[in-house]
Amino acid sequence: MATADIKVHTDAHHDDHEHDHEHHGNFWTNYIFCQDHKVIAKQFLITGMAWALIGGILSVIFRLQLGFPEASLEWLRPILGGWITPEGKIDSEFYLALVTMHGTIMVFFVLTAGLSGTFSNFLIPLQVGARDMASGFMNMLSYWFFFLSSAFMFTSLFISTGPAGGGWTVYPPLSALPQAIQGSGLGMTLWLISMALFIVSTLLGGINYITTIINMRTQGMSFTRMPLTIWAFFFTAVIGLLSFPVLFGAALLLIFDRSFGTSFFLSDIYIAGEALPHVGGSPILFQHLFWFLGHPEVYIVLLPALGITSEIIATNSRKPIFGYKAMVGSMLFIAILSFVVWAHHMFVTGMNPFLGSIFTLLTLIIAVPSAVKIFNYVTTLWQGNLRFTSGMLFSIGLVSFFLTGGITGLFLGNSAVDIQLHDTYFVVAHFHLVMGSASFFGMIAGIYHWFPKFFGRMMDERLGGIHFWLTFVGVYMVFFPMHYIGIAGFPRRYYSWTNFEAFSSFTDLNMLVSIAAIITLGAQFIFLFNFFYSIWRGRLAPPNPWGATTLEWTTPRHPQHGNWPGEIPAVYRWAYDYSKPGAKEDYIPQTIPYSETPESNLPHENELVKLEMGNSGAIVAGDKKH
Amino acid sequence: MMSLIIGFGVVLILVIVFMIFRITNLVNLVKGDREKADSGNGIHAFLFMAFMILSLIGFFWYSYAHFEKYVLPVASEHGVVTDHLFWITMVICVVAFTIIFIVMFWFTYKYQYQEGRKASYTVDNHKLEILWTLVPAVVMALLIFRGLRTWNEITGPASKEAIVIELVGQQFSWMARYPGPTDQELGKFDFRLIDATNEFGLDLTDKNSFDDFKSLELHLPVGKEVLLKIRAKDVLHSVFLPHFRVKMDAVPGMLTTFKFVATKTTQQMRDETGNPNFNYEMACTEICGKGHFSMRFPVVVDDEETYNKWVASQEAWLKANPDYLKRVPENLRELALIKAGLTPDNGSGQHEELQTVSNR
Repeated sequence: MATADIKVHTDAHHDDHEHDHEHHGNFWTNYIFCQDHKVIAKQFLITGMAWALIGGILSVIFRLQLGFPEASLEWLRPILGGWITPEGKIDSEFYLALVTMHGTIMVFFVLTAGLSGTFSNFLIPLQVGARDMASGFMNMLSYWFFFLSSAFMFTSLFISTGPAGGGWTVYPPLSALPQAIQGSGLGMTLWLISMALFIVSTLLGGINYITTIINMRTQGMSFTRMPLTIWAFFFTAVIGLLSFPVLFGAALLLIFDRSFGTSFFLSDIYIAGEALPHVGGSPILFQHLFWFLGHPEVYIVLLPALGITSEIIATNSRKPIFGYKAMVGSMLFIAILSFVVWAHHMFVTGMNPFLGSIFTLLTLIIAVPSAVKIFNYVTTLWQGNLRFTSGMLFSIGLVSFFLTGGITGLFLGNSAVDIQLHDTYFVVAHFHLVMGSASFFGMIAGIYHWFPKFFGRMMDERLGGIHFWLTFVGVYMVFFPMHYIGIAGFPRRYYSWTNFEAFSSFTDLNMLVSIAAIITLGAQFIFLFNFFYSIWRGRLAPPNPWGATTLEWTTPRHPQHGNWPGEIPAVYRWAYDYSKPGAKEDYIPQTIPYSETPESNLPHENELVKLEMGNSGAIVAGDKKH
Repeated sequence: MMSLIIGFGVVLILVIVFMIFRITNLVNLVKGDREKADSGNGIHAFLFMAFMILSLIGFFWYSYAHFEKYVLPVASEHGVVTDHLFWITMVICVVAFTIIFIVMFWFTYKYQYQEGRKASYTVDNHKLEILWTLVPAVVMALLIFRGLRTWNEITGPASKEAIVIELVGQQFSWMARYPGPTDQELGKFDFRLIDATNEFGLDLTDKNSFDDFKSLELHLPVGKEVLLKIRAKDVLHSVFLPHFRVKMDAVPGMLTTFKFVATKTTQQMRDETGNPNFNYEMACTEICGKGHFSMRFPVVVDDEETYNKWVASQEAWLKANPDYLKRVPENLRELALIKAGLTPDNGSGQHEELQTVSNR
């Protein structure tokens, strides 16, 4: 069979084994319509990075307007064309489209597909010890639905009426009526098609992640031995599976309202000189449906990042993660609570105030498991031996953002305080730090940390350090001043504040924010250079560059289809045996049985040794049947 | 030509940076990597410490030095309460934030990598974990308790004596409708009755609508409870009165309300802030389209006497638009003429004349 293999392998082990999973085929089946989870992960990663760049550039364009309202943006005319007014300003309607697209792209395309899609796909089989996902074909479909969805969203950027412009939350009636805003015409139609496809993609992926984690763990990989990354991906997939269909329903009803004259969300509307026939619908209903996904979505974005950093912080502190069970427990608690807090986005929408009370209560409860997670991270650093690899730097950055942005949730979650702060820049500061930047840092940390496994080479650590400091300080400079602007009452999604006496100050802070945003975006090009340069020219990666315990580092430098050339290794211990007293090295991989480490075993682990002997016999017997 | 030179310069700089990167890479390869990794580690640890100290100094300095700039003066009864809760939350958050922030970055500095040191194998500590679960839980409970009490007071029903004012949002302006002085009741409306003149969609078969008047400024009496009845004609809008800590969405097809008491007249606020040009304002805070940022609505708070005078001086909507008398049912016309302040002599049938008089 090896003769059919057109690739030249430097890996000596490779030909020693029977190739049940050897891949043949051509460029198309290897790189495009590939069913291998590692290739699909890379596809998600590259697409996600492209989207991140687009989303970032859009934000810098509208920051130019906000930070330098007097400046001429005539030089953007070659790109934006008619969206630059004759006076050389951004059209105020296009401004809303920019804000909308920035939000949609970052939340869904970068931090959901780019983050979960990449790391769930890549790490789940590698860390639980599986040859591939439960269904490689569904996994491939998941990417290609995402690609199709991306294509629709990307197209909408270029149509003459502009992309959707009603905010990323697409509240009707604004999003339902083309008379109200141009973007609610074809742009919104494309948005809805794109999101429907996106949801299909997420569901296909999520079912796969859950099935793989439950059914395909290797011998000995009990739930309590799973790395926290896997726990995080598991909860994320479950949340997504339960909440995305609701958004699908909302999108479908919105399509009906827009195109088929139904009145789910529309009622009593007089616009453009005529009263519309819609009666009896409720815009509030859409908000309930949207946020029933929208709030869990925050955790869909955040949990994988928290899982990734748990792993990276433990590895680079050379310490077990503090309170493994508490970490899993708080993630479970957060996952459950994430479904019953959605209406805290709607305190002042006119919903029944009694609901406001209930949701205040539930929302503030969610602060407790979040606080526990922060304490656990900080305690993991305590008495560690910290190596500041690029991945570690970004992980510490994440914890810092999670703290800074999370704590302001205490203001916003309290309905009475939220009255004043709702829809001001305080909210913008809050969620960009706690969900946007934190998750983005988790994604970047993951890329630095698992790059050796992705591409078999190392990224440059010095460039990683420069990238980190520019981005870390930059993000704080962008979002911290927004707290002040928000306390002063500045509403979000404003093209300009000069109409109001109350909001005419803070031109200095707004300029600072914009400059910081430009520098932060600029710093990402260092990362892009480092990334692409290292794919081909980076230092060759050693088999286990970070001295990590988890299974993915037991694969060859370039894992082929099937991940392990021989048998799948069995697991004998949890993923966090770092700096165990008595051990020779400062880490013990999960594949080392307790029987081989009598010097470092804890009393109850010595008892497991006997069990292990029985088990390993079973593995051999089990494997022979294949 | 100039841009060509600039472009060329940028390319040149990028090439130089790339060369430096390559050369240092090769030098490091020759020197060996370990040495470099260790020195980088110390730099990062130091930078974390520096970042922590500088950012905390910057945070406290700006918050103190520019306090007046970012804190809006408050001018409503419930605003004082919510502001109080805001500052309680602020104290709790700043204390917690500062402690965790310092501890975290201090750890990153103190426990930076040292050759030969072994990290401690600390798996968990139940006492500590229970403690730091309970403390946030108790603090949350206190905040929830305070918050809900305030919330229930704010959202509770308005008293019967409250002055009712209707606010209507549309792309991209606001309108206010006051019940006329004769009946103190807002007339009914229906969105199907809206046209270019009848912007409120006033239902003129309802006798309460005859003396309602329109205003393009929100006038409020000081010290009196006001109940805002809020609606929208086209898309979502949101009433935001920053100085009164009032915010409530305007929803097409659904009436929303907010009750509050203004505590300072515009003049008092001018004296207090030392700004003779101070004016209260109302803004829109729900994305509503192209002109979202321009939906400014002037707000005036008067003492009671001035307010009553202002109300008395306003012209009923029907008086300003006597054409619509024909929508009034025959049997109510008499009443309509009286309530709207029209002279009965000029009754229906003489619209043209009346219109010229009132539109003068």
